[in-house]
Amino acid sequence: MQPTSLDAVFGALADPTRRAILARLTAGDRTVAELAAPFAMSQPAVSRHLKVLEGAGLITRTRRATARLSHLEAAPLRDATEWLAKYQAWWDESHGRLDALLARLQADPTPDPSGDRTTERSIDDHPGRRRNP
Amino acid sequence: MSETKVQAPEGVPFIDVSREFDAPRDLVYRAFVDPELLVQWLGPQKYKMIIDIYDVRAGGTWRYVHRDPDGNEYGFHGVFHGDPTPDGIVQTFEFEGAPGHVSLDKLSLEEHDGRTTVRTHSVYQSLEARDAVVESGMAAGMDEGFNRLDVLLGNLVPVA
Repeated sequence: MQPTSLDAVFGALADPTRRAILARLTAGDRTVAELAAPFAMSQPAVSRHLKVLEGAGLITRTRRATARLSHLEAAPLRDATEWLAKYQAWWDESHGRLDALLARLQADPTPDPSGDRTTERSIDDHPGRRRNP
Repeated sequence: MSETKVQAPEGVPFIDVSREFDAPRDLVYRAFVDPELLVQWLGPQKYKMIIDIYDVRAGGTWRYVHRDPDGNEYGFHGVFHGDPTPDGIVQTFEFEGAPGHVSLDKLSLEEHDGRTTVRTHSVYQSLEARDAVVESGMAAGMDEGFNRLDVLLGNLVPVA
Protein backbone atom coordinates (compact mmCIF):
# COMPACT_ATOMS: atom_id res chain seq x y z
CA MET A 1 0.00 0.00 0.00
CA GLN A 2 1.26 3.46 -0.83
CA PRO A 3 1.51 6.27 1.70
CA THR A 4 -1.88 7.92 1.86
CA SER A 5 -2.79 11.58 1.95
CA LEU A 6 -6.08 10.99 3.70
CA ASP A 7 -6.37 14.62 4.73
CA ALA A 8 -6.66 15.54 1.05
CA VAL A 9 -9.19 12.78 0.40
CA PHE A 10 -11.33 13.66 3.41
CA GLY A 11 -11.02 17.36 2.61
CA ALA A 12 -12.22 16.74 -0.93
CA LEU A 13 -15.10 14.57 0.30
CA ALA A 14 -16.24 17.14 2.85
CA ASP A 15 -18.01 19.20 0.16
CA PRO A 16 -21.51 18.05 -0.97
CA THR A 17 -21.02 19.30 -4.55
CA ARG A 18 -17.84 17.28 -4.91
CA ARG A 19 -19.54 14.19 -3.49
CA ALA A 20 -22.34 14.65 -6.01
CA ILE A 21 -19.77 14.98 -8.82
CA LEU A 22 -18.10 11.72 -7.70
CA ALA A 23 -21.48 10.01 -7.55
CA ARG A 24 -22.16 11.04 -11.16
CA LEU A 25 -18.75 9.77 -12.26
CA THR A 26 -19.57 6.28 -10.94
CA ALA A 27 -21.79 5.99 -14.05
CA GLY A 28 -18.90 6.80 -16.40
CA ASP A 29 -16.56 9.56 -17.58
CA ARG A 30 -18.09 13.03 -18.02
CA THR A 31 -17.08 16.41 -19.49
CA VAL A 32 -17.11 19.59 -17.40
CA ALA A 33 -20.26 20.74 -19.23
CA GLU A 34 -22.04 17.47 -18.46
CA LEU A 35 -21.01 17.69 -14.80
CA ALA A 36 -22.10 21.32 -14.52
CA ALA A 37 -25.54 20.69 -16.04
CA PRO A 38 -27.39 19.51 -12.87
CA PHE A 39 -25.95 22.31 -10.72
CA ALA A 40 -26.78 26.01 -10.64
CA MET A 41 -23.10 26.59 -11.12
CA SER A 42 -20.76 27.90 -13.81
CA GLN A 43 -18.33 25.60 -15.59
CA PRO A 44 -15.32 27.44 -14.03
CA ALA A 45 -16.81 26.81 -10.57
CA VAL A 46 -17.21 23.11 -11.39
CA SER A 47 -13.65 23.10 -12.74
CA ARG A 48 -12.40 24.37 -9.41
CA HIS A 49 -14.11 21.45 -7.66
CA LEU A 50 -12.59 19.05 -10.20
CA LYS A 51 -9.15 20.45 -9.45
CA VAL A 52 -9.61 19.65 -5.73
CA LEU A 53 -10.79 16.12 -6.57
CA GLU A 54 -7.84 15.65 -8.90
CA GLY A 55 -5.43 16.90 -6.22
CA ALA A 56 -6.76 14.27 -3.81
CA GLY A 57 -6.28 11.57 -6.43
CA LEU A 58 -10.02 10.88 -6.56
CA ILE A 59 -10.29 11.62 -10.28
CA THR A 60 -8.01 11.82 -13.30
CA ARG A 61 -8.67 14.00 -16.33
CA THR A 62 -8.02 13.27 -19.99
CA ARG A 63 -8.81 15.07 -23.25
CA ARG A 64 -11.41 13.99 -25.79
CA ALA A 65 -11.18 16.31 -28.82
CA THR A 66 -11.68 19.76 -27.24
CA ALA A 67 -13.34 18.55 -24.02
CA ARG A 68 -11.68 17.39 -20.81
CA LEU A 69 -13.07 14.16 -19.45
CA SER A 70 -13.14 13.41 -15.73
CA HIS A 71 -12.66 9.81 -14.60
CA LEU A 72 -13.35 8.43 -11.12
CA GLU A 73 -10.37 6.78 -9.41
CA ALA A 74 -11.66 4.14 -7.01
CA ALA A 75 -8.50 3.30 -5.06
CA PRO A 76 -8.32 6.37 -2.78
CA LEU A 77 -11.98 5.89 -1.86
CA ARG A 78 -11.33 2.29 -0.92
CA ASP A 79 -8.22 3.28 1.03
CA ALA A 80 -10.18 5.91 2.87
CA THR A 81 -12.57 3.31 4.22
CA GLU A 82 -10.00 0.66 5.06
CA TRP A 83 -8.38 -0.07 8.38
CA LEU A 84 -5.41 2.12 7.65
CA ALA A 85 -7.70 5.11 7.62
CA LYS A 86 -9.04 4.17 11.04
CA TYR A 87 -5.52 3.80 12.35
CA GLN A 88 -4.60 7.15 10.87
CA ALA A 89 -7.69 8.77 12.40
CA TRP A 90 -6.71 7.39 15.81
CA TRP A 91 -3.29 8.98 15.56
CA ASP A 92 -4.58 12.17 13.92
CA GLU A 93 -6.84 12.79 16.89
CA SER A 94 -4.18 11.82 19.45
CA HIS A 95 -1.55 14.00 17.78
CA GLY A 96 -3.96 16.93 17.58
CA ARG A 97 -4.47 16.63 21.34
CA LEU A 98 -0.69 16.36 21.83
CA ASP A 99 -0.23 19.59 19.80
CA ALA A 100 -2.58 21.36 22.19
CA LEU A 101 -0.87 19.89 25.27
CA LEU A 102 2.61 20.90 24.02
CA ALA A 103 1.34 24.43 23.35
CA ARG A 104 -0.06 24.62 26.91
CA LEU A 105 3.20 23.28 28.41
CA GLN A 106 5.28 25.82 26.49
CA ALA A 107 3.01 28.67 27.55
CA ASP A 108 3.34 27.56 31.19
CA PRO A 109 6.01 24.87 31.74
CA THR A 110 4.80 24.01 35.26
CA PRO A 111 1.00 23.80 35.03
CA ASP A 112 0.75 20.98 37.57
CA PRO A 113 3.80 20.89 39.85
CA SER A 114 2.28 18.41 42.30
CA GLY A 115 1.59 15.99 39.48
CA ASP A 116 5.15 16.37 38.19
CA ARG A 117 6.66 15.61 41.59
CA THR A 118 4.55 12.49 41.96
CA THR A 119 5.60 11.28 38.55
CA GLU A 120 9.29 11.91 39.10
CA ARG A 121 9.20 10.15 42.43
CA SER A 122 7.43 7.11 41.06
CA ILE A 123 9.90 6.73 38.19
CA ASP A 124 13.23 7.80 39.74
CA ASP A 125 12.77 6.12 43.12
CA HIS A 126 11.70 2.80 41.67
CA PRO A 127 13.82 0.11 43.37
CA GLY A 128 14.77 -1.41 40.01
CA ARG A 129 15.64 1.94 38.40
CA ARG A 130 18.89 1.61 36.49
CA ARG A 131 21.34 4.48 36.47
CA ASN A 132 23.84 4.96 33.68
CA PRO A 133 27.11 3.25 34.67
CA MET B 1 -0.93 22.11 10.97
CA SER B 2 1.28 19.05 10.63
CA GLU B 3 -0.09 15.90 9.10
CA THR B 4 0.26 12.47 10.64
CA LYS B 5 1.76 10.17 8.02
CA VAL B 6 0.94 6.48 8.28
CA GLN B 7 2.65 3.95 6.05
CA ALA B 8 1.88 0.25 5.90
CA PRO B 9 4.38 -1.02 3.34
CA GLU B 10 3.20 -3.86 1.14
CA GLY B 11 4.49 -7.35 1.88
CA VAL B 12 6.15 -6.63 5.23
CA PRO B 13 4.35 -6.56 8.61
CA PHE B 14 5.40 -3.03 9.53
CA ILE B 15 3.58 0.18 10.30
CA ASP B 16 5.41 3.50 10.28
CA VAL B 17 3.88 6.63 11.74
CA SER B 18 5.53 10.06 11.64
CA ARG B 19 4.44 13.47 12.83
CA GLU B 20 6.16 16.82 13.44
CA PHE B 21 5.42 18.85 16.56
CA ASP B 22 6.11 22.52 17.22
CA ALA B 23 8.03 21.87 20.44
CA PRO B 24 11.58 20.96 21.55
CA ARG B 25 12.51 17.29 21.77
CA ASP B 26 12.81 17.10 25.56
CA LEU B 27 9.27 18.38 26.01
CA VAL B 28 7.82 15.99 23.42
CA TYR B 29 9.72 13.14 25.10
CA ARG B 30 8.17 14.14 28.44
CA ALA B 31 4.70 13.96 26.90
CA PHE B 32 5.43 10.32 25.96
CA VAL B 33 7.03 9.10 29.22
CA ASP B 34 5.25 11.13 31.92
CA PRO B 35 1.98 9.30 32.65
CA GLU B 36 0.43 12.55 33.94
CA LEU B 37 0.92 14.02 30.46
CA LEU B 38 0.31 10.86 28.41
CA VAL B 39 -3.27 10.52 29.70
CA GLN B 40 -4.00 14.00 28.42
CA TRP B 41 -3.50 13.17 24.75
CA LEU B 42 -3.25 9.48 23.85
CA GLY B 43 -6.36 8.10 22.16
CA PRO B 44 -9.65 9.65 21.07
CA GLN B 45 -10.97 12.55 23.13
CA LYS B 46 -14.18 10.72 24.06
CA TYR B 47 -12.23 7.90 25.76
CA LYS B 48 -11.07 8.02 29.34
CA MET B 49 -7.51 6.75 29.58
CA ILE B 50 -6.54 4.99 32.82
CA ILE B 51 -2.88 4.10 33.40
CA ASP B 52 -2.34 1.10 35.71
CA ILE B 53 1.43 1.18 35.57
CA TYR B 54 3.97 3.09 33.51
CA ASP B 55 7.43 2.04 34.69
CA VAL B 56 9.72 3.81 32.24
CA ARG B 57 13.02 1.88 32.54
CA ALA B 58 14.71 -1.16 30.98
CA GLY B 59 12.49 -4.14 31.83
CA GLY B 60 9.73 -1.92 33.23
CA THR B 61 6.14 -2.79 32.38
CA TRP B 62 3.32 -0.56 31.26
CA ARG B 63 -0.43 -1.06 31.08
CA TYR B 64 -3.29 1.27 30.29
CA VAL B 65 -6.97 1.07 29.50
CA HIS B 66 -9.15 3.18 27.22
CA ARG B 67 -12.76 3.31 28.50
CA ASP B 68 -15.43 4.34 26.02
CA PRO B 69 -18.57 6.32 26.98
CA ASP B 70 -20.55 3.03 27.25
CA GLY B 71 -18.07 1.67 29.79
CA ASN B 72 -16.37 -0.79 27.44
CA GLU B 73 -12.68 -1.10 28.21
CA TYR B 74 -9.80 -1.74 25.83
CA GLY B 75 -6.58 -2.74 27.59
CA PHE B 76 -3.02 -2.55 26.25
CA HIS B 77 0.23 -3.59 27.90
CA GLY B 78 3.89 -4.25 27.24
CA VAL B 79 7.47 -3.98 28.45
CA PHE B 80 10.18 -1.37 27.88
CA HIS B 81 13.39 -2.81 26.42
CA GLY B 82 16.61 -0.90 27.09
CA ASP B 83 16.64 2.42 28.93
CA PRO B 84 14.15 4.78 27.28
CA THR B 85 15.81 8.06 26.21
CA PRO B 86 14.86 10.88 23.83
CA ASP B 87 16.95 9.03 21.21
CA GLY B 88 14.71 6.02 21.36
CA ILE B 89 12.05 4.10 23.24
CA VAL B 90 11.78 0.39 22.43
CA GLN B 91 8.79 -1.48 23.79
CA THR B 92 6.50 -4.39 23.17
CA PHE B 93 2.83 -3.65 22.55
CA GLU B 94 -0.07 -6.04 23.03
CA PHE B 95 -3.81 -5.38 22.70
CA GLU B 96 -5.59 -7.46 25.32
CA GLY B 97 -8.40 -8.17 22.86
CA ALA B 98 -5.91 -10.11 20.72
CA PRO B 99 -3.58 -11.78 23.24
CA GLY B 100 -0.32 -13.17 21.89
CA HIS B 101 -0.20 -10.80 18.92
CA VAL B 102 2.67 -8.70 20.19
CA SER B 103 4.34 -5.97 18.17
CA LEU B 104 7.79 -4.53 18.79
CA ASP B 105 7.71 -0.74 18.59
CA LYS B 106 10.55 1.74 18.33
CA LEU B 107 9.87 5.42 18.86
CA SER B 108 12.48 8.03 17.96
CA LEU B 109 12.50 11.81 18.27
CA GLU B 110 14.54 14.21 16.12
CA GLU B 111 14.73 17.95 16.70
CA HIS B 112 15.29 20.53 13.92
CA ASP B 113 14.98 24.27 14.51
CA GLY B 114 12.97 23.81 17.68
CA ARG B 115 10.53 21.39 16.04
CA THR B 116 10.50 17.68 16.78
CA THR B 117 9.68 14.81 14.43
CA VAL B 118 8.36 11.69 16.14
CA ARG B 119 8.64 8.41 14.27
CA THR B 120 7.31 5.04 15.37
CA HIS B 121 8.24 1.83 13.62
CA SER B 122 6.07 -1.15 14.61
CA VAL B 123 6.95 -4.71 13.66
CA TYR B 124 4.19 -7.34 13.82
CA GLN B 125 4.58 -11.12 13.61
CA SER B 126 2.71 -11.39 10.31
CA LEU B 127 0.77 -9.27 7.84
CA GLU B 128 -2.46 -10.89 9.07
CA ALA B 129 -1.61 -10.03 12.68
CA ARG B 130 -0.83 -6.44 11.73
CA ASP B 131 -4.10 -5.92 9.91
CA ALA B 132 -6.22 -7.76 12.50
CA VAL B 133 -4.70 -6.08 15.53
CA VAL B 134 -4.95 -2.63 14.07
CA GLU B 135 -8.52 -3.20 12.96
CA SER B 136 -9.71 -4.58 16.30
CA GLY B 137 -7.66 -2.54 18.73
CA MET B 138 -6.70 0.92 17.61
CA ALA B 139 -9.76 1.28 15.42
CA ALA B 140 -12.22 0.56 18.22
CA GLY B 141 -12.54 4.19 19.17
CA MET B 142 -12.98 5.51 15.66
CA ASP B 143 -16.13 3.63 14.67
CA GLU B 144 -18.43 6.55 15.29
CA GLY B 145 -16.43 8.87 13.07
CA PHE B 146 -16.15 6.29 10.36
CA ASN B 147 -19.83 5.47 10.46
CA ARG B 148 -20.29 9.09 9.47
CA LEU B 149 -17.83 8.54 6.64
CA ASP B 150 -19.78 5.49 5.53
CA VAL B 151 -22.91 7.63 5.39
CA LEU B 152 -20.99 10.27 3.52
CA LEU B 153 -19.84 7.69 1.00
CA GLY B 154 -23.20 5.95 0.96
CA ASN B 155 -24.18 7.22 -2.47
CA LEU B 156 -20.84 6.26 -3.98
CA VAL B 157 -20.22 2.86 -5.50
CA PRO B 158 -16.57 2.90 -6.50
CA VAL B 159 -16.01 0.91 -9.67
CA ALA B 160 -13.02 -1.39 -9.76
